[in-house]
This record gives sequence, structure tokens and C-alpha cells, in this order.
Amino acid sequence: MLTRILATAALEFAIARRNRWVIVSVAMMMLFALVLAFAGSAPAGQMAADPLSVTVASLISLAVYLVPLIALLISFDAIAGESERGTLALSLTYPLARTELLLGKLIAQLGVVTIAVIAGYAVAAVVAFATSGGDAAEGLPALWRLVWTSVLLGAAFLSLGHAVSCLSRRPSGAAAMAIGLWLVMIVLYDLGLLAAVVANDGGAFTTDVFPWALVANPADAFRIFNLAASGAVDAASGVSGAASSIAPWKPLAAILIWPLLAATLARLSFQRVTP
Amino acid sequence: MTILTLSKLTKRYAGTTVLSEVSLDIAAGERVALLGHNGAGKSTLMKLVLGLIRADGGRIEVAGHAPGSAVARALTAYLPESAAFHPAITGREQLRYYLRLRGQPVKQADELLEKVGLADAAACRIGTYSKGMRQRVGLAQALIGSPRLMVLDEPTSGLDPVSRREFYALLDELAAKGTAILLSSHALSELEARTDRMVVLARGKQVAQGTLADLRHDAALPLTITITPKAGLEDLIAEVFPGALVLEDRVTFTCAPDEKLAVLERIAAQRDHIEDYDVHAATLDDLYSHISTRAA
Repeated sequence: MLTRILATAALEFAIARRNRWVIVSVAMMMLFALVLAFAGSAPAGQMAADPLSVTVASLISLAVYLVPLIALLISFDAIAGESERGTLALSLTYPLARTELLLGKLIAQLGVVTIAVIAGYAVAAVVAFATSGGDAAEGLPALWRLVWTSVLLGAAFLSLGHAVSCLSRRPSGAAAMAIGLWLVMIVLYDLGLLAAVVANDGGAFTTDVFPWALVANPADAFRIFNLAASGAVDAASGVSGAASSIAPWKPLAAILIWPLLAATLARLSFQRVTP
Repeated sequence: MTILTLSKLTKRYAGTTVLSEVSLDIAAGERVALLGHNGAGKSTLMKLVLGLIRADGGRIEVAGHAPGSAVARALTAYLPESAAFHPAITGREQLRYYLRLRGQPVKQADELLEKVGLADAAACRIGTYSKGMRQRVGLAQALIGSPRLMVLDEPTSGLDPVSRREFYALLDELAAKGTAILLSSHALSELEARTDRMVVLARGKQVAQGTLADLRHDAALPLTITITPKAGLEDLIAEVFPGALVLEDRVTFTCAPDEKLAVLERIAAQRDHIEDYDVHAATLDDLYSHISTRAA
């Protein structure tokens, strides 16, 4: 079983490398991280003591947009593409279970996301160390927290991408659905919550439903957990004011559960695919 | 020893019956061709055998195991119709992957590629391959681990005549080692009479089964005879053979297979009036269209 998962992962990683997904993802993360490291420290925390923590605070709001986008871009073609090329039927006649095929793809693509995340954050960290010297070392725990939470966020969105890929059958449809999903979960979700809070004007929704709704979205959970843990305030997000009022275990639980939930969802969607 | 058993296999899609009570046995070392137009049910039958879809009625056994079960998958190789492997991968990488999935040593990849004539292209990306070369990659992966049952969906489409002949030579080799082979084709002529038995499907029903000689005998298609009489004698010759048509300087008519000798004797009797003559047996395509239209 492990051999087949790893063989699939190795092939998928080779494809990702040749398709330039690795290069594109790394370049995107590095470029944005570099811009933030030089120019983006202004909106971060007055509370943050060292320059690396300041950089980390601005990287949080970068990652919350970019990591899900990269993950969805890499994953939307996974099943729909194979289905269109006719290789899905072939793979499924091999002694290869659907779970193994999906896990192999997930591992390879998570590798790509991890490389991109580490490359991007490393650039920002290097800049922070270069401008301030040894002080930046105090921010390393926050940076490490950002790395592993970003990887988990990536895993959740990779599996969501796989689910989309299974449900839409065609690569073009899967691409459209992936972009739609990103818009809804990353942009519209927050806007919707904000609108609801404003309309509710301090009523039961704001006090009872809103904190849970915030934590239920993996991207918001990621943002709140990192902001709360690093004690920084993110001015770029209108909903982050709520971060301080939510116990840190709630977003942490959401960050840990979402990759499993999304992978299960992808596996169930894959079951419906007839090659 | 029977490798594949289908009995009264039925499959419906949204109320339409695409396969209706098809029964078939394939023994070890036997090559069976599945013939039919597009939409006759060939691919559906193959997907059922592979366990990719489930039947609505009837039974399938692959060497005594359910289709799609772990054992059946390990025994079966499949060549999908015009498989397009990922263009970014080389032929060698693709084969190594499939070897790993079957738990075979990856060093066999080059041997297999050489066997299908792709040794020189092993290190090139599949995106640079021609359609025929991609088909060979598909064939190479189907050869992994000497399968007991091979299911080939239109394996010779996209192959040039020379490659097609090489392909059938490979099949002969496999069959000699005891592999049961089920292949599909939409034309009888593509098979070049290189299979032991043929099954003709039309609209999901099995309309004929047997060797090429059986099918020919059952169909009893007439021969076409064309005579070129000496100048000016066309009408004279046409009178000798009732029902003959005069087409400019030629006379043509048909005769049943069992009257062939009698007709030749009558031609010989007219040798002084005849320049030349030709006898055309029905082609494989004639035979096939006769069988499939008779059923419809």
C-alpha cells in the first residue's frame, strides 16, 4: 500500500515540477513575501517587539489569501484531468485503491505547497535578520507556527480542490469551481459575516453565532490562531478584532480538523466518479 | 481452462439497455475479438469485465473471481481506447510507475519499451509522441507481469499497417503463453483474421459468434464475377449468364458460394469469346456490414 502511494506521489511530484507549478508557487510566495518584508511592516503590531514578529504578522494576511489559492490551482486538475485523458480508468484497473491514488496526489501536492511556503517565509526571515541582526531570533517561534499552520491550511484546500475535481468531471469546470470556492471561502465569507454583524447590531448573532462562524472557516481559523498566538493586530482584516475574544483552542482545533474533513470529503466525492 | 466467463450480462443506463444478456467464455490462450459499431456496447462490456462499472444483471468471473476484486485486478491488464498519458512524463517514467503499482522491478521498463519499439523514445516526454507511439506506451503497460487476461479497447486504431502486424505478433506470443485476450474493433478488416473467435455486438445484443470461416459460411454472401468479353460480344455473354448486367465493355453478375464451380465451368465453355474474368469474394467489411445490418 505504501509503495503504491509513494509511487503515485513521486509521479505527481515530477508532473508538478515539469508543469512549473513548483516554480510558479515558489516564485509567487517569494515575491509577495519580499514585498511585505520590505514595505508591509507598517500595518502590523505596535505590540510586536522584534522585526521578525512584525514580518510574521504581515505574512499572516498574505498566507490567508495566497496559500488557499496556490493549493486550489495545483489540485483542481487532479481527477478531472486524468478522467479527460482516459488514464483514470486505466489507473483504477491496477491494484491501486482510490484512497491510495488520492493520498499519493495529496502528498506530492502538499510537498509543492510546503516548498513554496518555506521559500516565501525564508525570504522574509532573511530580510528581517539582515535589517536587524540577532533581535529577529525572538520571532522564530511565531515563524515556525506560521509555517506549520500554512501547510495544514494548504492540505485542507488541496483536498477541497480534489473534491471539486471529482464533482465537476472536466478540467475547465473544475478550474471555474475552484476559483469560485476561493472567492466564497476567502473573500465573500468574511464580507458576509461583517455585513451580518453590522445588520445584527450587537444581538444574539454577534455574541453567539459569529465567533463560531469565524472559527468554522479554515482560513479565518488560520488567521485568528496566528494573530492571537503572536499577539499582533492585523489591520488588513476587518474581522480580526474578534480574534482576541476567542479562546485559541477553537481555531487550533479547526486548523487540525479541516485537513481531515476535506480529505474525507474528497474521498467521498471520488467514490461518485465513474471512469 | 476458462479465464473469463460472462453469463447473461445486462447493463442499463437511465432506462436504455446498452447490453442485453451477453454470454461469452474465453479460455486461456484464446484470442477473442469483440466487433461492433460505435455505441454497440463494446466499451461497456469491457468496463464491466474490468470492474469499473457494475452490471444490472448476469454474472462475470475472472478466473473465478469477481471483476474489480484485488485478485481479478492483479490478473488483468487493460489498454484503454486512445489513452493519453500525461504529456510532461517520459515513457520510461510512466512505465516505471505502472511497474511499481504491480509490484514488479522497475528495471523492466526499458525491456518493455524495447518490446513495443519505443527504446529510442524512452527518455522523451510523452507530449512529444505521435498517436501511434502513445498507443505503444499503453500496450507496454498492458504487458507488465504476464497477465492472465488482457482487455484491449480498439488496440490497433492509430497504428500503421506494419505496426499493426507487429502488434498481432505480440498477441500471438502472449496467447501462446496462455494469456486470454479480449480485444475490440469496429472493423473486421482491422483484425486481419488474427483472432480465434469473433463476437459481433449490435445495439447491445450479441448477433453472431464464431470463427471467421463460421461467419462467412453462415452469411453465405454471394461472389461477384466480372467478365471482359472480346469486342462486340458483350450481349452474347450476357445471355449466357442470366441476371448479368452489361457495363460498357464488361459483364458482371453475382453467384452463391456453392455455385462457384458450376459458374467457372460455364465461363470456361465461353473461353473463345472472353478476354479476361475476375472473381471477387465478399470482403471482410462486406461480411461485417451484412452481419450487423441483418441484426438491426
